[in-house]
Amino acid sequence: MDAANTLATLQTRESRVRPGRRIADRLLKVSCLMATVVGAIVLGSILLMLIIQGVRGFSPNLFTQPTPGPGSEGGGIANAILGSLILTTIGIVVATPIGVMAGTYLAEYGRHSKLADVIRFLNDILLSAPSILIGLFVYTLMVRPMGTYSGWAGGVALAIIAVPVIVRTTEDMLRLVPGTLREAGAALGAPPSIVITSVTWRAASAGIVTGIILALARIAGETAPLLFTALNNNSWFSSDLMGGVANLPVMIYQFALSPYPNWQGLAWAGALLITGTILALSIVARLVIKPQRAR
Amino acid sequence: MNAASAMPAGDLNRGNPSTGRAVRIAVRNLNFYYGAFHGLKNVDIDFYDRQVTALIGPSGCGKSTLLRTFNRIYSLYPEQRAEGEILLDGKNVLDPNLDLNELRSRIGMVFQKPTPFPMSIYDNVAFGLRLYEKLPKSELDGRVEESLRKSALWDEVKDKLKQPGTGLSGGQQQRLCIARTVAQKPEVILFDEPTSALDPISTGRIEELMEQLRDEFTIVIVTHNMQQAARISQYTAFMYLGELVEFGQTDRIFMNPTERRTQDYITGRFG
Amino acid sequence: MPALTQSIALAEQRSAVRKGPSRGLDAVFRGCSYAAAILVLLVLAGILGSIIYGGWPAFQEFGFGFLTSSAWNIGTEQYGALVAVLGTVASAVLALLIGVPVSLGIAIFLTQLCPGWARKPVAMTIELLAAVPSIIYGMWGLFVFAPLFARFVQIPVSNLVEGMPILGTLLYARVPSGVGIFTAGIILAIMIVPFIASIARDMLEQIPTVLRESAYGIGCTTWEVVRHVLVPQAAVSIIGAIMLGLGRALGETMAVTFVVGNANRLSASIFDPSSTIASRIANEFNEADGLQLNALMALGCILFVITFIVLIIARLLTRRVRAA
Repeated sequence: MDAANTLATLQTRESRVRPGRRIADRLLKVSCLMATVVGAIVLGSILLMLIIQGVRGFSPNLFTQPTPGPGSEGGGIANAILGSLILTTIGIVVATPIGVMAGTYLAEYGRHSKLADVIRFLNDILLSAPSILIGLFVYTLMVRPMGTYSGWAGGVALAIIAVPVIVRTTEDMLRLVPGTLREAGAALGAPPSIVITSVTWRAASAGIVTGIILALARIAGETAPLLFTALNNNSWFSSDLMGGVANLPVMIYQFALSPYPNWQGLAWAGALLITGTILALSIVARLVIKPQRAR
Repeated sequence: MNAASAMPAGDLNRGNPSTGRAVRIAVRNLNFYYGAFHGLKNVDIDFYDRQVTALIGPSGCGKSTLLRTFNRIYSLYPEQRAEGEILLDGKNVLDPNLDLNELRSRIGMVFQKPTPFPMSIYDNVAFGLRLYEKLPKSELDGRVEESLRKSALWDEVKDKLKQPGTGLSGGQQQRLCIARTVAQKPEVILFDEPTSALDPISTGRIEELMEQLRDEFTIVIVTHNMQQAARISQYTAFMYLGELVEFGQTDRIFMNPTERRTQDYITGRFG
Repeated sequence: MPALTQSIALAEQRSAVRKGPSRGLDAVFRGCSYAAAILVLLVLAGILGSIIYGGWPAFQEFGFGFLTSSAWNIGTEQYGALVAVLGTVASAVLALLIGVPVSLGIAIFLTQLCPGWARKPVAMTIELLAAVPSIIYGMWGLFVFAPLFARFVQIPVSNLVEGMPILGTLLYARVPSGVGIFTAGIILAIMIVPFIASIARDMLEQIPTVLRESAYGIGCTTWEVVRHVLVPQAAVSIIGAIMLGLGRALGETMAVTFVVGNANRLSASIFDPSSTIASRIANEFNEADGLQLNALMALGCILFVITFIVLIIARLLTRRVRAA
């Protein structure tokens, strides 16, 4: 008797879940899974495309010879690799002190100031501003007055893209440092500058380094702002940074859309190289930040 | 100087006729504000040289606030301000022209949670020393060892001075912070509930340590724990709702409080 | 009294010993950090200033007509922004229509459905998509996606809708090459998905578990929990994240330049090649001078205004939630 009763209740309860509800639920689960699978497939197919096309273009020449002239055979992308290294180095070397100091201002000095609120807000906007506009700005600021495309202009454009990334992560990471650590520093009679440089920066160092690596990953593949600043150069890199400087992204752009198979092959090899580097940097950045979170 | 010469004679006799100890910190008509909130109301109190004074009272009574005015650590937060006088050896700590960093090197502070800096044990202790004294390496080594010995930590860490201070246990970290403070040879050490985050054994160690430190330093400790106040302090101040209710020798406060509120708190009727 | 004099003497002696670190250095450090922060402000002002300065002659020449004209003729020096602006807005809106459901799906999958062990690798995969440079998306779009899209979507669909009212104009590809506004929208969608998904995931994760559990506790299905509990809770910040994605889609340059077709033709079909502001600047800027350069700068101005309005709204929406 009792058992029958329970069974009856169970059945009524079962019937409360109308078929419509169950279908909606299934639909949601399946479509969410599909969305994720599509994302994974896209990443997979991009990597597959890069590997298939890129490996074909790989040869020792790639790293030893400069880009060939239009229609000619052979050559490598050594000048573009070197140029990219130099441009991103300029970018990160200029951006790091500015970004870290600005982030420090926002987190340490400007906590209660209206100005800091405004700067924080605008920095967030600069973070997602179209990079092509930054290219136009640096063109007006440097290329036009100097009368020539230059590596310096390219480096500055990349720095402007990197700064907001570094400002944001530096501020976020400094804010995670407990206030008692600052109080303890101040209580020993250390002036703010010393508390910041030897206590809070150290405590947040892993996070700040992560921000710098992320900024590096971001600017390493930037193309649009370089079009109007560093442009490109098919010859070997000359020692001064005036005049166009070869770099991977612009080389890839020009060669990929060219009608010459040799250039196209080099573009693919460059694309594989740069994507591999950036993905490696992103993974490293995530590994660096891990111990920070655990602490 | 005016304030200093006007104040002391009477005060000295008032607080402690038996020992005749000098007043190290004299608080006069102190008011404290967190924005619009009135955190301390007309507080007058003296702290005696090389004695332990405990500040007790229920949460939010202003005892930590009072402690944080002595080294003006509150001034890290612009919305907080203090009015009145806090005379450290006759000089007003609240004087806006005072060199804050120098003041803080003379008044050490140990916090509720251990605050080791992200650097080696050695560098932690040497941190404050390097700021104010340019010492040759050998002398610096000596001072670090001396401070670690005074904080009863030397034997545990002497073989790993280069390891990070954050790797120590909670109790060890707190003693490291005490060593760091002691290294500067301050005149006063402020303890803000230094054992509330520690286990009983570590707590006992730190209480013993305070007993020894009293030979050299004037100590003010904020504590939630009345037994602790009774064990380690010579003087006790009971605070309630931002006011100083009663102040006197610890024995008298615990045995024979004159104020009803003190009695209620000590016997556990509130708080 | 003797005690006092003694203590004063002691104090003087002590303060003589202590020599603090220099205050000058402290002021310099503070000044540097302040200057760096101000520099961020100046850069933004410089960007705006430089494109207004550069675009001014074009605005003066064409006035308000610059916005409404679809001309882009280098020979006759007649320039108008209409095609590029429409192309920009259309591709970005298509990107949102495709990208938002996918992003939310991924965010819901990651927070609600994904088994624990798979959570990290899947999240990592999605985040790596954000790190791939935009030029790579452009190459993928042009060389891998566009041929497939032309063959399996554009041609069959064009054949199907040919001659039909409305759909016949909207979905008919005159030259089914695979490139065009719709392709640009799809590539942009792929590019903004990781951004929106990761912010939406963070927001969903911030919702207290108690809320979720109590909803399941009264017998809700996953769908109902998501629809009635989670999404309303996180709605404002998810909209903020979507606006952030929109800001990116509007200003994206290289990927779009590869797949949009770069034609200056006003067409109602989303399968036809067109231009966006960013792609036109990227294509023509280096060879431009005179009024054409000014017109490109003026396009930059318009892009600045559109994206910054969108980004300001986005940041205001995400900020309010952070404060609350």
